[in-house]
Amino acid sequence: MIRKLSCGVSAVGASMFAATAAFAQDAGLQAPAAVEPVTAAVDKGDTAWMIVATVLVMMMIVPGLALFYGGLVRTKNMLSVLTQILAVASFAMIIWVMWGYALAFGGDANQFISSGKFFLAGVTPDSTVATFSEGVSIPEFVFVAFQMTFAAITVSLVVGGLVERLKFSALMVFALVWLTIVYFPIAHMVWYAGATPETTGLIYGWGALDFAGGTVVHINAGISALVGALILGPRLGYKVEPMAPHSLTMTLIGTGLLWCGWFGFNAGSALEANGSAGLALINTFVATAAGVLFWMLTERLLGHKGSLLGACSGAIAGLVAVTPAAGNSGPFGAILLGALAAVLCAIFVVSIKPKLRLDDSLDAFGIHGIGGIIGSIGTAFTMLPGLGGPGADDYDLGGQLGIQIMAVLVAIVWSAVGAAIAFFIAKMVTGLRVAPEIEREGLDLGEHGERAYNY
Amino acid sequence: MKFIIAIIKPFKLDEVREALGAIGVAGMTVSEVKGFGRQKGQTEIYRGAEYSTNMLPKVKLEIAASDTLAPLVVETIQQTASTDSIGDGKIFVLDLASTTRIRTGETGDNAL
Repeated sequence: MIRKLSCGVSAVGASMFAATAAFAQDAGLQAPAAVEPVTAAVDKGDTAWMIVATVLVMMMIVPGLALFYGGLVRTKNMLSVLTQILAVASFAMIIWVMWGYALAFGGDANQFISSGKFFLAGVTPDSTVATFSEGVSIPEFVFVAFQMTFAAITVSLVVGGLVERLKFSALMVFALVWLTIVYFPIAHMVWYAGATPETTGLIYGWGALDFAGGTVVHINAGISALVGALILGPRLGYKVEPMAPHSLTMTLIGTGLLWCGWFGFNAGSALEANGSAGLALINTFVATAAGVLFWMLTERLLGHKGSLLGACSGAIAGLVAVTPAAGNSGPFGAILLGALAAVLCAIFVVSIKPKLRLDDSLDAFGIHGIGGIIGSIGTAFTMLPGLGGPGADDYDLGGQLGIQIMAVLVAIVWSAVGAAIAFFIAKMVTGLRVAPEIEREGLDLGEHGERAYNY
Repeated sequence: MKFIIAIIKPFKLDEVREALGAIGVAGMTVSEVKGFGRQKGQTEIYRGAEYSTNMLPKVKLEIAASDTLAPLVVETIQQTASTDSIGDGKIFVLDLASTTRIRTGETGDNAL
């Protein structure tokens, strides 16, 4: 995604209070003297599509991800998962408008972080953000909101490694630190195009391809969940007591909502209602379909029955893998990518993980981490014209592959170190894990004083 | 009076209830229960995590019957609920000390 900001508002004199004042007024009442003439054309079709895409990503979080994860835990922890997802996503939204957007996309500073527009200072209904096409832009508030949902879902995904034992308060502290030192810098590094190479995001500057967030969202969330699961330790009774999902019906509903919402996530990342969005749309269908079928096929080859949970997991693996490739692949490249991700994630989750002492409870690492790595590296291949990709005839596979691998490694190291720091701080402040009696009783009653079901 | 407890396969419930109704059984209590006997349990696998369930779902019937009707009740349940395979269940018969109908205070066979 090209994120070259062409803000139509003078930065001079724009302070936090000025922005607050602007919010307090009707759009039509804003002082026109503060607004320079807008040069880039804002298309109503693009704007309408991006607003729809933004709310589609919102639907992925609540109720999509909440139900997907919630169905996979035991009855006694259902409500805690729903609450954690709802609250941590909400918290991310508030942080995003205070300093998240500022640090990720706020303005030129260096290759690792942005700076400017804290508390959205200077952003008005007239300010715009450039898209991929020359001379086309979308309203900056729409872009702020669209990117806000990405930050919110990424931190929510981390919950998948931590359920059934993490304190609610610990999640909130973790989110505060982690978004600030991990998510915002990585989003900047991968997606921010500054005025000069020194202020352009490090990974973006290398020319790494990440259409909708393979590194920023999925590797980032997957690795952080892995680190969290290791620090937190396994659930009481892990591998001794049955911990079967309490409702795969809920998980299927969540899967469907995630898949539908993902069209906003991937096709919305084109930032325009155009052919690139159309390409991302079809790829998000077929890669996911391949993921569903190939996960079930892998289960059969491993000697198990083809399962609904496998099919849902395969859908997510396919969606994750196609995320960086959505607009950087032809439909058949996307099918290959979705299938490959499903097979490798299934082998890890079904065959390798049970042998480890790792309790990545809902496989946030096994699916988002591994699927994200496969997708991000695989995007170098799906670009190939021979696979129907949009790469030019002189497309340099080797060079791009090297860049993709470097981008993946930076994302892994940054998120692993940052997540460890964030979990450490959360542990200092809150103790991280609920008391054993609460864990046995269930987090629903112990942490929230409610049950998910009363019948 | 006898108190008859029968553990049967859940899908046989309607058939048994109809057969018992036909021989004059006026009421029964039914609960969903779990248990094990000779029948093996089943294995569930969720993303590679295997759980073997030793307890299988069954239906428990509780019927109070007069001494004259009781043998017929046992025979009817046995014949209706049988599928000739393990896991069909069991029938227990206990002596029943007393029965009282709450609404009227009637006791004994009159309360059945």
